[in-house]
Amino acid sequence: MRRSLLFIPGNNPGMLMGADMHGADAVIFDLEDAVAPTEKDAARILVRNAMRAMPDLGVEVVVRVNPLATDFFIQDIQTMVPLHPKLIMPTKVASAEDVAHISAAVAAAEQANGMPEGSIGLLPLLETAQGIENAFAIADCDLRVKGLLLGAEDLSSDLQAIRSKQGAEILYARGRIVMAARAAGVEVYDTPFTDVNDAEGMAEDARLARALGFSGKAVISPRHVEAVNAAFTPTEDEIIYAREVMLAIAEAQQQGRGAISLRGKMVDKPIVDRAQRVLATAKQLGLEGSDL
Amino acid sequence: MSKLVHSLADAIRASGLQSGMTISFHHHLRNGDAVLNMVLAEAARQGLRDLTVQASSLFDVHLPLLDHIRSGVVTGIETNYMAAGIGRAISEGVLQKPVVFRSHGGRPAAIESGRVVIDVAFIAAPASDAQGNANGVLGSAACGSLGYAIPDAKYAKKVVIITDHLMPYPLTPHPIEETDVDLVVQVDSIGDPKGIVSGTTRITRDPVGLSIAKLAAQVIAHSGLMVDGFSFQTGAGGASLAVTEYLKPLLRKQQVQGSFGLGGITGYLVDMLNEGYFGNLMDVQCFDLAAVASIRDNPRHQEISATRYASPNARSCAVKSLDTVVLGATEIDLNFNVNVHTDSNGYIMGGSGGHSDTAEGAKLSLIVAPLFRARLPIIVDKVTCVTTKGSAVDVLVTQRGVAINPRRQDLKDNLKAAGLPVFEIDELQAQAHKLTGVPVPVKPQGRVVAQVEYPLGGIVDEIRSVCAE
Repeated sequence: MRRSLLFIPGNNPGMLMGADMHGADAVIFDLEDAVAPTEKDAARILVRNAMRAMPDLGVEVVVRVNPLATDFFIQDIQTMVPLHPKLIMPTKVASAEDVAHISAAVAAAEQANGMPEGSIGLLPLLETAQGIENAFAIADCDLRVKGLLLGAEDLSSDLQAIRSKQGAEILYARGRIVMAARAAGVEVYDTPFTDVNDAEGMAEDARLARALGFSGKAVISPRHVEAVNAAFTPTEDEIIYAREVMLAIAEAQQQGRGAISLRGKMVDKPIVDRAQRVLATAKQLGLEGSDL
Repeated sequence: MSKLVHSLADAIRASGLQSGMTISFHHHLRNGDAVLNMVLAEAARQGLRDLTVQASSLFDVHLPLLDHIRSGVVTGIETNYMAAGIGRAISEGVLQKPVVFRSHGGRPAAIESGRVVIDVAFIAAPASDAQGNANGVLGSAACGSLGYAIPDAKYAKKVVIITDHLMPYPLTPHPIEETDVDLVVQVDSIGDPKGIVSGTTRITRDPVGLSIAKLAAQVIAHSGLMVDGFSFQTGAGGASLAVTEYLKPLLRKQQVQGSFGLGGITGYLVDMLNEGYFGNLMDVQCFDLAAVASIRDNPRHQEISATRYASPNARSCAVKSLDTVVLGATEIDLNFNVNVHTDSNGYIMGGSGGHSDTAEGAKLSLIVAPLFRARLPIIVDKVTCVTTKGSAVDVLVTQRGVAINPRRQDLKDNLKAAGLPVFEIDELQAQAHKLTGVPVPVKPQGRVVAQVEYPLGGIVDEIRSVCAE
């Protein structure tokens, strides 16, 4: 489960050393936008050394690499693959063809290092109009793709839209990427909220993301992790209701009844599915009341 | 009889100050203080030499002091804290005679016992009347409490009040009383308000600092001390201050009614007073404008002397009634000894202040510090300088867990039972070394440039010069 994915600039040793202590479910070591072109090699070495020094980091590691079209891409892949990150995040992915090239590069690196093929997953970052339009194909074209991440800043620029806190300009993209990922059966993560000082705006944006169907949300500041984790954690009420649903269903099945009602509303399959998901998430998080 | 003299020059002459004597200053005007510099400049003009400066703290606004040392006007320094600019020069050997470092409680104890004799106390007063009834809450240089100046006023052979805000007699409140004052002089300005108190003190926004503070609050909550009557002190720096923010919801949740907040007081503790977390604040020094306004207006916010704050010679003092203190460290060693005097290269950049007093006095003393700063681990085999003995330190709180002094098995059991990340201190050190490597220890080998006196007296450590002279 990845409720929160925290970006850590690959050129910041202090943040790399403290990457695991902010409560994020995953960390994204960033070799791309956080790092100036002249610092790319230094950041690559720093991230490599950090991953070697902290093999038991206790948090899932994702590495964001430079776009396929740049010279840095192949060096990033060749350096990072042998370090066994859980996922590699290719950037500016626009089509299934892009994924095929990226996947081949990862496969070659896996083979060169004697690693089983497919051991490293991909989490493509969709941040162009093309990428959003091709979201389903990207999500569905390769088993290596484990999820999609929306990148709203580059996307808004590509759309010639005006970026706002409320995010009306990315509502379509959010809906589209969730639809595509769910249709392909992969996870889907929301774009980061960029105002590090607006705690309430952050919490609201995370709640919206959860409501829209995202699995989690990327964050650019450790101070945002708690709010994002909270938004993607089932509430006590949700857990209680889910338990009631499952108990009511079990009782109905025992009595040979089909449709049942709970709290004055009909309980049908989608409601049971949702209840199961809530309890599964709660159990994974070790929350009280998740056991039936 | 009028105590009012026309000029500082007259005041110095009338005080009977001679070469070779000891003059004292308080540090309530902190980095805005103009008084220490003006007194030394005038003393130099009058040809005085071989003076010992007995100051409760020295800041870098006092850098002109170094010229007076070089010219022989000042040949001795005794203080509780020294900022990095002056500290560097001392570490490089500018002063022949070793500096004597005391603590905020040890200083009044030394003065009251007669071990330290002050010939003339020059007391900067934000407000005073012509007879020397003085306070720190009025005037443009208002600094709040004058707690550190009170023992000087009581015990110095001569007391000179220096003020820029002369008020009608009788001035009240009067933490400094006319009964102790010999001379009063009015000057244009005793200091720059911008350097005296910060507009607001802010808690750290550094995520590492915040996670340390959060864990520290948990340690306090599970220490067994968070019950009605709870008392608390924290420093004004970084993570220490953030502990107050994390403590509040825990106090609320456990419905604890605290008794007092102590020490250098910030707006955060004032908020806690006003929100009902504590019944009183006992204030030896104000750190920000909110604290200055509160000590002036709120009778439950009490001004206390350095003696009442922490003097081990007093029949009782506030630190001995203190439950919990949160303190910082530049280094802590495997025996829990803490250094706040020098940096890791051995240069002086601080001093005990109330560190050793409160650690010795409080029932629970927490050191909050990141596991490493830049590339240097905080936990070392042996500290460069012992400020506070390990026997007075209970817990080290870092971002990766806490280490408990082995003599506090009770606390270790409580914190483990509460599910907090408890480690041995060498395990935390090993974690840091894994990331930073093992640094080569730096131990300055020059002559002794400072001695650190423990609150009850006795030299606990010596500081040596960094550069070969």
